[in-house]
Amino acid sequence: MNFTLKIWRQKGAKDSGQFVTYPIKDISSDSSFLEMIDILNNQLVEKGEEPIAFDHDCREGICGMCSMYINGHPHGPENLITTCQLHMRSFKDGDSITIEPWRSSAFPVIKDLVVDRSAFDRIIQAGGYVSVNTGNAQDANNIPIPKTDADKAFDAATCIGCGACVAACKNASAMLFTSAKVSQLALLPQGQVEAKARVENMVAQMDKEGFGACTNTGACSAECPKGISIENIARMNREFIKAKLSSENV
Amino acid sequence: MSSKLNSNIPKGDLRDKWSQYKSEIALVNPANKRHIDIIVIGTGLAGGAAAASFGEMGYSVKAFCFQDSPRRAHSIAAQGGINAAKNYQNDGDSVYRLFYDTIKGGDYRSREANVHRLAEVSRNIIDQCVAQGVPFAREYGGYLDNRSFGGVQVKRTFYAKGQTGQQLLLGAYSALSRQINAGTVKMYHRHEMMDVVLMDDTTDAKRGKVARGVIARNLITGEIERHSAHAVVLASGGYGNVFFLSTNAMGSNVTASWKAYKKGAFMANPCYTQIHPTCLPRSGDHQAKLTLMSESLRNDGRVWVPKKKEDAIAIQQGKKTALDIPDADRDFYLERRYPAFGNLVPRDVASRAAKERCDAGYGVNGTGEAVYLDFKYAIERMGAKAVESKYGNLFQMYEKIAAEDPYKMPMKIYPAVHYTMGGTWVDYNLMTTIPGLFATGECNFSDHGANRLGASALMQGLADGYFVIPYTIGGYLSKDIRTGSIPTDTPEFDEAEKTIKERINFFLSNKGSKSVDYFHRKLGNIMWEECGMARNEKGLTQAIEDIKKIRADFWKEVLVPGKADEYNPELDKALRVADFLELGELMCRDALNRNESCGGHFREEYQTEEGEALRDDENFAYVAAWEFKGVDNKPELHKEELVYDNVEMKQRSYK
Ligand SMILES: Cc1cc2nc3c(=O)[nH]c(=O)nc-3n(C[C@H](O)[C@H](O)[C@H](O)COP(=O)(O)OP(=O)(O)OC[C@H]3O[C@@H](n4cnc5c(N)ncnc54)[C@H](O)[C@@H]3O)c2cc1C
Ligand code: FES
Repeated sequence: MNFTLKIWRQKGAKDSGQFVTYPIKDISSDSSFLEMIDILNNQLVEKGEEPIAFDHDCREGICGMCSMYINGHPHGPENLITTCQLHMRSFKDGDSITIEPWRSSAFPVIKDLVVDRSAFDRIIQAGGYVSVNTGNAQDANNIPIPKTDADKAFDAATCIGCGACVAACKNASAMLFTSAKVSQLALLPQGQVEAKARVENMVAQMDKEGFGACTNTGACSAECPKGISIENIARMNREFIKAKLSSENV
Repeated sequence: MSSKLNSNIPKGDLRDKWSQYKSEIALVNPANKRHIDIIVIGTGLAGGAAAASFGEMGYSVKAFCFQDSPRRAHSIAAQGGINAAKNYQNDGDSVYRLFYDTIKGGDYRSREANVHRLAEVSRNIIDQCVAQGVPFAREYGGYLDNRSFGGVQVKRTFYAKGQTGQQLLLGAYSALSRQINAGTVKMYHRHEMMDVVLMDDTTDAKRGKVARGVIARNLITGEIERHSAHAVVLASGGYGNVFFLSTNAMGSNVTASWKAYKKGAFMANPCYTQIHPTCLPRSGDHQAKLTLMSESLRNDGRVWVPKKKEDAIAIQQGKKTALDIPDADRDFYLERRYPAFGNLVPRDVASRAAKERCDAGYGVNGTGEAVYLDFKYAIERMGAKAVESKYGNLFQMYEKIAAEDPYKMPMKIYPAVHYTMGGTWVDYNLMTTIPGLFATGECNFSDHGANRLGASALMQGLADGYFVIPYTIGGYLSKDIRTGSIPTDTPEFDEAEKTIKERINFFLSNKGSKSVDYFHRKLGNIMWEECGMARNEKGLTQAIEDIKKIRADFWKEVLVPGKADEYNPELDKALRVADFLELGELMCRDALNRNESCGGHFREEYQTEEGEALRDDENFAYVAAWEFKGVDNKPELHKEELVYDNVEMKQRSYK
C-alpha cells in the first residue's frame, strides 16, 4: 500500500513546528501503524535525515506510551485501540494521513510527536494511592469485596494513562484520567480511609497543572482506547461534593 | 565453588533459614537512614517495589527509568497472573509445594534457599497488593479467585483478567508515587543509566572497590549526569531483546547489567532463555516485535496440528482451513505426549513440542511456523459467554492483530523469546560480585533455574522488591552509617563520564551508512537460529564468529543522526545495541559450555530417545558465572555448585 504522511515536526519545546509531507510506498496491510513509521524512519536515517521522534514501548496497547493524533483522532480512526495496535489495513491504499502530537498546554511538546505527560504523574502523587507501608497488610481474604464492586474498580483501574482523553477534549480536561483513579479506590474498602483527602488533593493538582474544565461532552470516553466510562467522572463529582461538605482540608 | 563466589546462604533448616536470618541481619536505625542514599535503576515491579519500600523505611532514594513515567515499565505488559502459596482453593497447596514446583520447573538449576524464601514471601505479596487496592479477580462470594498455570497441578495463580502485570505495577507505582510526594524518593524519568561507578571503600578497606554511584543520561536534554549513593540496586529487567524480535517492550535492554558486568559483576547462566509457546506467529519483515497471548489460554484451549501431512500442506497453501479438519484427523500432540499435564506442560516443553511438529512439516500457516490453539471445545463445554468472560480481552487483542475471530477459527500461535532466566549473579542477599551493587527482578539470575514457571516472574519481582532487598540491604548499609555523603567530583566519576561521552561522540561522528536496526536484526537472526529453541556445538561456534563480525561492522558502518544534546532515540538505540552485540557472544559461549540440555537450554546433542531434555547432573549441576576479561578476550567461568538437600533431583516428567 502507498500513503502520503503529513507529520508534525518540531525540534524542541521552544521551537515552532510545522507539517512535513512524506510519501511512503510498499507498506504491507498487515504492518502496524508504528511499524510503518519505523520503516519511514529507517529510510530517513539511511538518507542522513533525522527520524521522527515518537513515544512507544510495549507495542501491545498496555503501557500507554504511544500517543499519536491521527486524522483528527487520538490513536487514530478505530475505537478501543492505541496507536501501536492500529494496523494499516484500517486505511485505504493512497490515503493521506495527518499525524500530530497530543495538543494541550499541560502536555508540552518535547520533540515532534513526543509530549511531556509528567502532569499525570503529579496528579497520582497528590493522592492516587492507599497509604499502606510494606508489611502492614492483613490477610488478603480478610475483607471480602462484592464481585461487582471489584469488577467496577478493575474497569476503572485499566486506564493506561496515555492522555488520549486530554487530547480528545476541546478543553483539554483531565477529568477522565483523574476520576478513573479516584473511582477505583472509592469502590474498594481499602480506599475509604483517605477518600476525602484523596479526591480533594487530586482535583486540586489537576487544576494546578492547567488542565481545562469538564463540560460533559463525552469525547474523552468515546476516544479512550480502554473504554474508561464517563460514569467515573460522575462518581468523582459525588466524591468531591461529599468531601467538600465535611472537608478537613481548609 | 569458585573462590570469588560466595552465595552467603545462611545455615540451618531450609524452612527456618529466612526467618532466622532476617532476625539477625544488622539494622540501620531510623535517624541514620535519612543520611543513606540508595540508587534504584528501574521502576518496574522489582525496582518500583524496592524504591517505595526504601522510601517508607526512611532511606533517601533516587529512582531511574527510561520511560516517561514509572507506570510504563515493561512489567505492565504481564498478562496471566502471579503465583502465591495461599491455598485459598484448599487443593493441597503449600509453601513447600510451590518451592518444589519451582525447583522442578527450573529443571534443578536454581538455589534451594532462594526458591524457598520466594515461596514463603509469595503469600505476603498478595496481602500487600490487596491492601494497596489492586483489584484482583474475585468470586461471587467476594473472595479472591485463582486459576491454574503451566507446570503445576494446583490453582495458585491470582489474576486481574489478562492485565495482572498492569494492576500490580500500578500498585507499586502508587506506593512509589506516595513516597515521591513524601520527598523520600526522587524520581528521574526519561533517564538511562550508562555506567556504574566504583570507588574504594573508605570505611571498610576489606570491602575493596564498592559501588558508589552511576552515570545517567537525561534522554531529553542529552545531559550526562553524576549520581552518587551508598548502594546501587539494579532492577532493569530482562535482555530478551538481544533476539531483536521478542515479546519484550521495544526499549527493554541489557545496558545497566552489562555495564555492571564490565565493571566486575558476574553474569550467570546468560544462555537460559525462555521461549514462550503461545505467541502470535511472525508475519513479515516489517515486524518490530512479537505479541504474547497469555499462557492462561492453555487452561481451556487445546493445541493441535493436522495428523495428516497432506492436510497440513493444504492449510499452508491456503487450500484448507482448520475447520476442514475433522476431530479424528487432529493431532493434539501435547495431550498425546504428556497425558498427565496435557496442554498445561511447562513452557519449554510446550515450545519444543511445537517446533518439533513444525520442523516435521505440520505447521499451519504460510511460513509453516504455527500451530493451532483451539477454543471450540471450551465453547462447547462451557458456552461462548463463559469463555468470553475469562478471556474476552485476549480474544479481542488477537482479533485486532491477526484479523481473525478466535471464537470461530482457532488461534494460530508459535513460540517466541519472552524472558531471560539468566542475568546478573547475586548471592542470597541479592548482592552481585561488586559490593554495594544489588540486582533484583528479571535482571538477576536467581530463583528460576533453567526454566521459569508461568506467573512466577511477577512473584519474584515483587518478592525481591517488597520483601527481600529492604531487609538484606540493611546488612550492607549498616556499615555505612558514618560514611557521609559520597562526592561526585572524584577521578572515578571523571573517568566514567569521559568514557561514555567518547562513545556518544563516536556514534554521532561516525560516517557509516547503516541504521542501528540493521545490525540489531542481523544479531537477532543469529541468536534465534543458533541460540534459540535448539542449539548445537557447530552452530554456536559459528555464531560466536558471526557475532564478532557483525560487531566489527557495526563499529565501522553504523549511522546515527542527530546531536548529543537533544532528544535522540536513535542514539539511545545505538548505545543499547552496542551492549547487545557483546552480550550475544557471551550467551553463545555459555550455551556452548553447557554440554547438557536443561529447561529452556536444549542442546540437540543431549536428548533422550523420546526427544526430551537430557540433563547431566554429574557435571553441570552448577551456576555458570562469567567474569569479564575484555571485549575481545574469553570471559572466565566461575562455578557455583548447586546442592540439593531437600529435593531429589529427578528427570522432569510431565507424562
Ligand atoms: C508480554 C509479557 C507477559 C508476561 N506475563 C507474565 C505473567 O503473566 N506472569 C509473570 O509472572 N510474569 C510475566 N511476564 C514476565 C514479567 O512481566 C517480567 O519478568 C517482570 O515484570 C520484570 O519485572 P522487572 O521489575 O524485573 O523489570 P521491568 O518491568 O522490565 O522494569 C525494568 C525497569 O528498568 C528500567 N531500565 C532498564 N534499563 C535501564 C537503564 N539502563 N537505565 C535506567 N532505567 C532502566 C526501565 O525503565 C523499567 O523501569 C511477562 C512478560 C511479558 C513480556
Ligand atoms: S506502545 Fe505501549 S500502549 Fe502503545
